[in-house]
Amino acid sequence: MSDITKLTLIETIEALEKKEFSEEELNKAYFERITKLNPKLNAYLEIEKNSCGIPAAIKDVISTKGIKTTAGSKILSNYIPQYNATVIDKLSEQNISIIGKTNCDEFAMGGSGENSAYGPTKNPWDLNKITGGSSSGSAAAVAADLCVFSLGSDTGGSIRQPASLCGVVGLKPTYGRVSRYGLFHMASSFDSIGPITKSVEDAALVLDWISGADGHDSNCFLKASPRRAARGRLAKIGVPKEYFAEGLDPKVKIVIEQAIKKLEELGAEIIEISLPHSQYALAAYYIIVPSEVSSNMGRFDGIRFGSERGDFGPEVQRRIMLGTYALSAGYYDEYYVKAAKVRTLIKQDFEKAFTECDVIVGPVSPTTAWNLGEKIDDPLKMYLSDICTISANLAGIPGLSVPCGFSDGLPVGLQILGKQWDEETILDVGEAYEQATDWKKEKPKI
Amino acid sequence: MNYEPVIGLEVHVELNTKSKMFCRCSADYFGKEPNTHTCPVCLGLPGALPYINKAAIEACMKIGLALNCSINEVSRFERKNYFYPDLAKGYQISQYRWPLCINGYLILDNGQKIRINRVHQEEDTGKLTHRDSETLIDFNRSGVPLVEIVTEPDFRDVQSVRDYAKKLQQLFRYLGVSNADMERGDMRLEANVSVRLVGQEELPNYRVELKNINSFRFMAVAIEYEIKRQIGAIKAGEKLSQETRGWNADKKCTYLQRSKEEANDYRYFPEPDLPEMKVDRLQATVDSIKAKMPELPWEKKERFQKEFKLSISQTAILTESKELADFFEDTVKHGQGHDVNGVQVANHIINKKINIKEVLPTQVIEELRGKKVGIIEDERELEKLAKQAMEENQKSVEDYKSGKVVALQAIIGGVMKLSSGKADTSKLKSILERLLTYA
Repeated sequence: MSDITKLTLIETIEALEKKEFSEEELNKAYFERITKLNPKLNAYLEIEKNSCGIPAAIKDVISTKGIKTTAGSKILSNYIPQYNATVIDKLSEQNISIIGKTNCDEFAMGGSGENSAYGPTKNPWDLNKITGGSSSGSAAAVAADLCVFSLGSDTGGSIRQPASLCGVVGLKPTYGRVSRYGLFHMASSFDSIGPITKSVEDAALVLDWISGADGHDSNCFLKASPRRAARGRLAKIGVPKEYFAEGLDPKVKIVIEQAIKKLEELGAEIIEISLPHSQYALAAYYIIVPSEVSSNMGRFDGIRFGSERGDFGPEVQRRIMLGTYALSAGYYDEYYVKAAKVRTLIKQDFEKAFTECDVIVGPVSPTTAWNLGEKIDDPLKMYLSDICTISANLAGIPGLSVPCGFSDGLPVGLQILGKQWDEETILDVGEAYEQATDWKKEKPKI
Repeated sequence: MNYEPVIGLEVHVELNTKSKMFCRCSADYFGKEPNTHTCPVCLGLPGALPYINKAAIEACMKIGLALNCSINEVSRFERKNYFYPDLAKGYQISQYRWPLCINGYLILDNGQKIRINRVHQEEDTGKLTHRDSETLIDFNRSGVPLVEIVTEPDFRDVQSVRDYAKKLQQLFRYLGVSNADMERGDMRLEANVSVRLVGQEELPNYRVELKNINSFRFMAVAIEYEIKRQIGAIKAGEKLSQETRGWNADKKCTYLQRSKEEANDYRYFPEPDLPEMKVDRLQATVDSIKAKMPELPWEKKERFQKEFKLSISQTAILTESKELADFFEDTVKHGQGHDVNGVQVANHIINKKINIKEVLPTQVIEELRGKKVGIIEDERELEKLAKQAMEENQKSVEDYKSGKVVALQAIIGGVMKLSSGKADTSKLKSILERLLTYA
C-alpha cells in the first residue's frame, strides 16, 4: 500500500484489524517517510525505529524513559529521563509506539517554533514559513504524514495554533483532564497535554486514551473522560465580537466567517456574544506565565543535571527575568496578584458566555503562517499572535482547532471553545463541520 | 536603665509518616544508604509533580488542634524560591500566606500563655556532606514532611523558652507524630531575639534570628549570650539591625551568618501544582482528629493531680512520657482491690526508678503487697535496727550532728538494708531523729 501514511488513526486501526498491512509494514512506511522528509522539515529531534505498535510522535517536553528528551533546549542536550510521563504509559497500554520526539520551542516557550535550540521546524505547506508553536514538530509531523498522530502541549495555544497553521486537528483539553506528570513544567497552572491528529474523531479517541486521574497530578482528579454519546449534535454557537477585532487578517476573517456560515447551514444557532475582559488577557498571561516559569526553571541550576544557565535561549531568559521581577517583594501585589484577579474575571467572562451558548467559535490565529524570521526580533508582535488562544488557558477550558480552509494557499483553523470538562460538545461540533467539508483531504505537496 | 528580652520561637519538627510529603518514597531515611529513598518527585526531575500525603496533613492538623489553633478556612501550599544545592527543585514547597493552622496558644508551667501564630506544613531538603574539597548530596531526606510551629514574640525569659520547647517535644511524642529527637535533627529550633527597655510597649524594630541550635541547652546559652550581646551593644550606642546569627558551641558565642542586605527574597507565590485546601472539605478529617485526640500531657498532669492526689512534682515525672503515664495508670488499676493506692504506686515507681520496659504493672503491685505483708512496724524492733545502722554509719551520725540533715538518708538506707526494705519508713524516721538528737 502506497498511502498507508495518509490514513487517520481510526482508519489505521481498522486496516490493521483487517490485516490490510502489518504493524511492521506500518512502521516501515512511516520510518521511510521520516527519513526522506525530516531533513527538509526538521520536525523530529530524535527518531526511534520500531517494528510494532502504532507510531505516534511525542513533543520533546514529555518525559520518555530511556529516550533523550531535550525540551528543545541546549540545557538538556544529553538528558535521558529515567521515567515515563503518565500519557506515555497510557498510550503504551493502547499499543502505541513512539516513533520520535518532536521539535518545539525551548521548554514550549514560543509561538513559531523558532525558539528551538535545534533550529526551526518548517511548515509542510511552504518551507519558508513557520509552523507555529510551540508544538511545531508535532503539528508538522502530522501534517506531513510523518506519524499517525502526535502529542503536544498547550500553555497559551501551543497545540491549537500550530495545528491551525499546519492544517491539522489540535485539541487542548480542559486543564486537569490529562495528567501532567512527566510534562516538563512551563507554567504549571496552564499546561495541558493534548493530541494533534488527522481527524476530529482521532482526537476524541486519543483524548479518551490519555485522560484520567493517575495519583500523581493533584489537579487531575477525574477518573476518565466521558464517552461521547451524541454524534454530530449541533449546538448553540457563540461568536465573540472581541475575536474579530483589529489585528485579524481580513483574508483569515473571510475564511472564518464562511466556516461559521457553514455551521449555520448545518443547523447551528449562531449568536453574538461578548468576552469583555479579553483585552486584558495578554497582559495577565504574560505576568502569571513568566512568574511560574521563573520558579519552574529554578531546578536547572547546572548542579545536578543539565548545563550552565547561560545556555538558555533568549526567550527563556526573558521569561525568567520577567517572572522573577513580578514575584519580587514589593512588586508581587502589583503584578502577580493583580494578574490573578484578571484571570478570575476572564474565567467569569466564559462562565457568563456559556450560559448563553454551548460553544464559542472564532479564529485560532489572527494570521496564517508567517515567514521564518519575520517576528523573531519583536517579542511583543510574537506574543500578539497568541491573542485568540491564551484566554482558554487562563480559564482552563478546552479548545479545538479544526481545518476550515486556506488563505493564499496556507491553512486556516477554526477554534471551537467549550465549557470546562465539556470536550464532548466541541468535538461534536468539530466533527459535524469536518464531515460536511473536504478540508481534511487536502495534503501539503512536499 | 533596664532591658528585657523579646523572644519568639520557630520550631521545625520532622514527621514520622511512612512516606514523604509529596511522593511515595519512604520517609525513614536516617542511617540509610545515600540516595536510595528517591524518585523523580523528590529528585526534582523535569516533569515530576508533588502529590499531597494525607497522613502528613492530618499530623499537622493534630499538632495545630492540640495547640488550640483553628484550621484556616482556606489554606494552600506555596513555593519558597531560592537556590541551594540541597534543594532539588529550586524551591521548597511550604506555606506562607495561607498556613493550615492559625491562632493557637500554649500555657506554660508558670501560667504564661504563649500565643502560636501558625502551624504549617512543608518539606525538608536534601543533605549536604562536606568532605575535603568535595561536597556530596544525599536526597533521602528531600521531601520528608516537616511541620513548623511559630510563636508570637511572647517570651521574656530563657526558662520559659526552654519550658515551651520541652512541652512541644513532649506533645509530639504524645501525639505520636514524631520522635522529636534533637540530636537526629527531628526537631530544630530557631529563636528570634531582640531587647527593649522595660516598660516599652512596642516591639523592637529589629530582630536577630538564631540558627543551628541542636539542643535545649545550647538554645538556652545561645539566647542568653545574645541578650547580653545586644544589651551591651545598645549601651555602647550601637544600632542593632535584622540579621541571622549562628551558635558556635566551641567558642560559646553567636556569630553573624547573614545581614539584612544579604537576606533572600523568596518570591513566595501559590504552588500551582497543588490545589487549595478548604476547611469545609477537611471538616470530616478535623472532626475525626478531634474525636481521636489522645489526652494531652498537660491534661493528663492535671487529672493525675486530681484523681490520684499526687504532688505537682510527682505528676510532672509520671507524665513526662505517655508510656510511663500509661504504666502508672495500669499499675493503679491492678492495685485496686489490693489496698494499694495511687500515691503508693507513684512513690514506688519514682523512688525505685522502676524500669517500665522490664517490669510489669502486676509485678509492681506484688512488690508493694509483699512489702505491706512483711512490714516491720514494731517500735522496739525498729529501734534495734536503727541502733545497729548508726553503729555501722558513724560518719553519717557525725555529719547529721554537725548539721547535715541529708545524712539521715544514709542511715535510713542502712536500716533498709538490714531489714531487706521492710522497715516502716515514717516510724523509722521519727525513731532515728529521736535517737540522733539524744545520742
